[in-house]
Amino acid sequence: MPANELVLYQEEFQRLERSLRQLRQDASARAVFLFDKSGQQIAAAGEIDQFDATSLASLTAGNVAATDGLAKLIGEREFSTLHHEGQRDHMHISIVGKRAILLVIFDERSSLGLVRLRVKRSSVEMEKIFEEMLVKGTRTTDGQAPASPFAEITDEDIDALFSE
Amino acid sequence: MTFINYASREINCKIVYYGPGLGGKTTNLQYIYSKTAPETKGKMISLATETDRTLFFDFLPLDLGSIRGFTTRFHLYTVPGQVFYDASRKLILKGVDGVVFVADSQDERMDANIESIRNLDENLREHGFDLRAIPYALQFNKRDLPSALPVDVMYRALNFKREPTFEAVASEGVGVFDTLKAVAKQILVELRKQ
Ligand SMILES: Nc1nc2c(ncn2[C@@H]2O[C@H](COP(=O)(O)OP(=O)(O)OP(=O)(O)O)[C@@H](O)[C@H]2O)c(=O)[nH]1
Ligand SMILES: [Mg+2]
Repeated sequence: MPANELVLYQEEFQRLERSLRQLRQDASARAVFLFDKSGQQIAAAGEIDQFDATSLASLTAGNVAATDGLAKLIGEREFSTLHHEGQRDHMHISIVGKRAILLVIFDERSSLGLVRLRVKRSSVEMEKIFEEMLVKGTRTTDGQAPASPFAEITDEDIDALFSE
Repeated sequence: MTFINYASREINCKIVYYGPGLGGKTTNLQYIYSKTAPETKGKMISLATETDRTLFFDFLPLDLGSIRGFTTRFHLYTVPGQVFYDASRKLILKGVDGVVFVADSQDERMDANIESIRNLDENLREHGFDLRAIPYALQFNKRDLPSALPVDVMYRALNFKREPTFEAVASEGVGVFDTLKAVAKQILVELRKQ
């Protein structure tokens, strides 16, 4: 089985959020979202209440997956960025590291050039955080695997979820 | 892919409904959507053709409650069952934690069921998963139809690892939640092992 688990701790979460807030500000964007490639939200910043983040996550991941498929069909490894232009709002989608997707939503207060530039810069930083996260997911600073809170779940806990 | 978020205290898991075209995958999700409280579900997204066939996927996010202080959230997806959408099916399986196979009970769909399980096995393998090991539940849908094959005949043809198996009439909701629970439980048990 592939490594099928992503573990996000408070510390990395805060660092990612900080990067996103910075990016949002530097790019004059409405909102920025970081998703996992399988369609789950990792962190976000900006006018996030204006959007249905869960739906955005799954559709963006679907979009990226489909575009990856298209790239492979013509012998490209991937298309590293996607851009959707609307009448008022626009989207810029890019890949961070190997497993995350960065979505920037912006309007006329910004421009594609500015967004592109700022995304490039913060991606480097976020990639670094991700790398550290993956290492931490498998062991803590003393070299031990971190204790999972689920190691102790009982059948009763699980049954209780389905009780109503 | 199970995503454990210590910052927001959430666990997110992905369940994919697989099976032959017109078997009732989308109907399963529609029933779940119609029967869950508004505060426990998000919007259901269906990327479908004009004739209501799934084109890319259906998506339904669902909160099941909390375990040990962690909100457990399941993301339910369906694949397009029609044979020629294989490239899309493959994409949906990315990061899957558990699979529900929705089989069509009608005699004339038996070959399509078998072919679809074979296709599932192959596509999982491409993502590095093993159908024999992954959390998995089997549903015999459309039990209400006159041409439905006897359950034991279907069981012998489709059940391969004594996976939990349910008779269903998805359009009326029969068996829908039992199937979902069976796969969700296996995913949580997996989580305990890791
Ligand atoms: N009689 C009967 N009809 C059903 C049942 N479940 C689903 N249907 C009908 O079967 C048809 C196909 O159902 P869908 O849920 O769209 O099938 P699907 O598996 O999503 O099909 P694709 O998207 O093409 O892969 C619809 O008209 C449903 O109303 C059932 O248990 N009994
Ligand atoms: Mg469908």
